[in-house]
Amino acid sequence: MLTNTNSGFFAYLRRDLLLAYRRKGEAAGPVIFFIMATTLIPLGVSPEAKSLEGISAGIIWVMALLATLLSTDSLFASDFKDGSLEQMLIAPDLLVMPVLGKVVAHWLTTGLPLTIVSPVLGIMLSLPSSALSPLVAGLAVGTASLSLIGALGAALTVSLQKGGLLLTLIVIPLYIPVIIFGSAMAQFGIDGLSWGSPLAVLGTLLAMAVVLCPLAIAAILRLTTINQ
Amino acid sequence: MGSAYLIRTENLCFERDGIKVIDRVNLELNSGDLLQVEGCNGSGKTTLLRLLTTAVKPTSGRIFYQGKKLSDCRYEYCSNIIFIGHQIALKERLTPVENLNWLSPIGLSQDSINRALDLVGLRDFETAPSWSLSAGQKRRVALARLIVSNAKIWFLDEPFTAIDTQGIGLMRQLIDDHVSKGGAVVFSTHQSVDMKNIRRYSLK
Repeated sequence: MLTNTNSGFFAYLRRDLLLAYRRKGEAAGPVIFFIMATTLIPLGVSPEAKSLEGISAGIIWVMALLATLLSTDSLFASDFKDGSLEQMLIAPDLLVMPVLGKVVAHWLTTGLPLTIVSPVLGIMLSLPSSALSPLVAGLAVGTASLSLIGALGAALTVSLQKGGLLLTLIVIPLYIPVIIFGSAMAQFGIDGLSWGSPLAVLGTLLAMAVVLCPLAIAAILRLTTINQ
Repeated sequence: MGSAYLIRTENLCFERDGIKVIDRVNLELNSGDLLQVEGCNGSGKTTLLRLLTTAVKPTSGRIFYQGKKLSDCRYEYCSNIIFIGHQIALKERLTPVENLNWLSPIGLSQDSINRALDLVGLRDFETAPSWSLSAGQKRRVALARLIVSNAKIWFLDEPFTAIDTQGIGLMRQLIDDHVSKGGAVVFSTHQSVDMKNIRRYSLK
């Protein structure tokens, strides 16, 4: 009787990717923000390679973080408004599966594109070529953690009309370890050191986030919908 | 014997911010039952449906499904219910077909989707994004969802709003068919509806 071909993880992954595809302009917002805001740095600081070299990796990381933050606000808000969240809550599967599906879709539409364009921005900001691969590897792993942590904030603020500021206050402190080890990775690359250890720390953070965030998000979503 | 009932609740209570929204609800539901939950605005009709669909947990009291405690058979229970709420969970950017697909817990064949859209009169809109549909047409997508679903118990929150007379007729027809096939329907409305074999549960 039960053919679970369509439930949980993949149903929501497919749906959210399709939704992002239908509103390409909106979905491209974080990447456009990322590129434009980063382009402002040489104009504001100095276009000289010498002054940019040291700060470029850090700037790219901060911008990637802000770009992710920009897009997490709406992660559960529309589901909450149109009743999809309710359907998610009463589905037979564990709530963590659709949550994880949504977060993966979020990463594929924000974190992954940010990672892909980052080497171009690195070159523009005179990042030494030895730091490009640790930058990309770090962002690939780090943005996945950012998506998971951002989703946690989005779940906490889902029932608020304007949760943007609160979301920022909740999420930024949790982003700190990711940005520290992420930018350290690029710095290791610049200094010619092996960047395996900060990558391992980022991987550990991601593993922890994958395990804990969906559980926390599921519990929070159940709590917040009580007062609907 | 409690096990005879499809659903039985025992002193179901729900409090929100210290206010009792649902106070000691005891009701039974059997296969082939049509139950109308009635009450004025704010009497807790939607909350009762949300409790019965496990969207929220009761403050106290219990729900039994086929004699078993709901917490012991949640998967089985949730695989057998469908809930159409006030917000019908349509994604505005997706077409009716895409919406039906993601909302269904089982894979749907193109045939069954086409048949359902034919029945609700949305066949010409299958590739239109849902935001371009009228409020009544959106409700009709929810009707199509009932047609393609194989859930045994239907929970419908105000199913007759925003829908034209022909749609109401179709809705009644669907409910009748489902009940006569041994399914169960629980719906809430504050209007008086007369349908055959209807039972009423009044919330104060």
